[in-house]
Amino acid sequence: MSRIADYLSEDHTHCDDLFVAAENAVSTTDWALAQTAFEQFSNATLCHLAREEVILFPAFEATTGMVNGPTQVMRMEHTEMRDTLSAMADSLARHDSSAFLGLSETLLMLMRQHNTKEEQILYRMCDQMLAGEADNLVVRMAAVTPGANPQA
Amino acid sequence: MPLGFFQSAASFLLLAAVAGMLASLFWTDALASRWSPAALAITHLLTLGFLGLVMLGSLLQMLPVLLGVTVNVRPFWIHAARHGLSAGALLLALGLGLGERILLIGAAATLGLSLLVLIPGFTRALFLSRARTQLTWPYRTAWIALWVTFILGLTLALGLAGLWPLSDPIGLTHLHLTWGLAGWVLLLIIGSAYQVIPMLQLTPPYPNRMSHSLIGLLCAGLILGTLGATAMASLILVLTALGFAFSTLWIQHQRRRKVDDETIRFWRLGMVSLTLCALLLPVTQTLAEQHSDPLQTSLGILFLIGFASSVVIGMLYKILPFLAWFHLRTQTSAPSSQIPNMKQFIPDPQQRQHFWLHLSSVVLLVPTPFLPGPFALPGWALLTLSALRLLRHIGAVKRSFLAHGGCL
Repeated sequence: MSRIADYLSEDHTHCDDLFVAAENAVSTTDWALAQTAFEQFSNATLCHLAREEVILFPAFEATTGMVNGPTQVMRMEHTEMRDTLSAMADSLARHDSSAFLGLSETLLMLMRQHNTKEEQILYRMCDQMLAGEADNLVVRMAAVTPGANPQA
Repeated sequence: MPLGFFQSAASFLLLAAVAGMLASLFWTDALASRWSPAALAITHLLTLGFLGLVMLGSLLQMLPVLLGVTVNVRPFWIHAARHGLSAGALLLALGLGLGERILLIGAAATLGLSLLVLIPGFTRALFLSRARTQLTWPYRTAWIALWVTFILGLTLALGLAGLWPLSDPIGLTHLHLTWGLAGWVLLLIIGSAYQVIPMLQLTPPYPNRMSHSLIGLLCAGLILGTLGATAMASLILVLTALGFAFSTLWIQHQRRRKVDDETIRFWRLGMVSLTLCALLLPVTQTLAEQHSDPLQTSLGILFLIGFASSVVIGMLYKILPFLAWFHLRTQTSAPSSQIPNMKQFIPDPQQRQHFWLHLSSVVLLVPTPFLPGPFALPGWALLTLSALRLLRHIGAVKRSFLAHGGCL
């Protein structure tokens, strides 16, 4: 059973695709396309983080009792990602491709090492520990969309 | 941060290059044979000093990310092991270069003790990890290969020092370098590439079946070589190297990011060098010893400087700036806008200049075993500049890290 791992790993791939589109647009200084592509990437990434923080992590913590374990580390790295996304948005607003591409390189490293830890360790633990409620969790995570209220 | 390992490692690349310059200036035909004292000394400065330290330092940092395990060795002992390995590599190079018995015994003792400090932590981390990734078995096998290499090396060094007789020193040396280069170095690089290239360069993954087959083939080649089936072992190692090099170049060709990535140049140089090694290896085995010896030396230069060093430098230029950025963020809590981003730690133009320096050194060094000694001077001089570049970039990352409030 890898219901949770499959769903969230696909979400990572979707975010990666949007990241590449935004970065490629900035590298060709197509600012209009870059703005649209970056917004799509940023929204998708923030939505993915919310799916984990609001639905998955609390379920994992409630079942395992591990509140200061891997989910805590992941939350800290989410904070780093949000901060870097914000700095990228600022550089995009200034049409500063050099700053944007330096930050995008940094975010890519941060995201990919973070995603690797999630896909190879945390999601597998979740699939084992939350096997009985995996389908329900995936449905609830899918209901979290950019702009939706994840607490609802 | 394993910055100390990386700085020590880069110093060994510099030492090897300077030793090459001195040998080509003052020691006619010093590097025409792979058995010459100078060639043996330089080889160990590169393998044990440069590649060994950088690989162990990288593993310390990467195992928590890639296998979800921490190497449980206290910082004091990690520092002690780094200094011990550095001292041991230096003693070994001096012992082999000068033929001094006492230096070889000192090297064996220092290296043995330093590695012993790391065994429990690394072994537990690698073999108790529950992560099942493409690199779990390559890393485990590479760790075993490092130990086989070390035990064979210890036997040779103490035999050369006169502590016991060596019945077949040449056969033992071939085994030592096969386990060291194909087992430890190639296996570790292949395992790392499986994870790191798709992860950081946004390429498609290596085909699953092929990636498992390459590791299986490489292990089979090592075992057959140990059992004496040299021709079959060589054929298998050649096929493995070609399979790895071509698949790496192929997935890099399909990468989705269009922005320039200087580290890919280092990887491509590494893969082209590995391909040439694989094509040259069968040629060396069809020639008589006096003709194959300089070609074997060229092969060694291609493998160590063209392939392994290039890939290692390419990986360092990804790992080092990221670690500096990440630790600055977590230590200082400063927003991303107030600390340097990765490309500001080591800017692209500087990485590109380093790449051309390194490439030039490889191109000039490879034919030198066929030429009189002084012809090697420009190649070693360029490698010296390449090593100085690496040291300068590592130093710049450290200074910037400290200047922005980081704590080592």
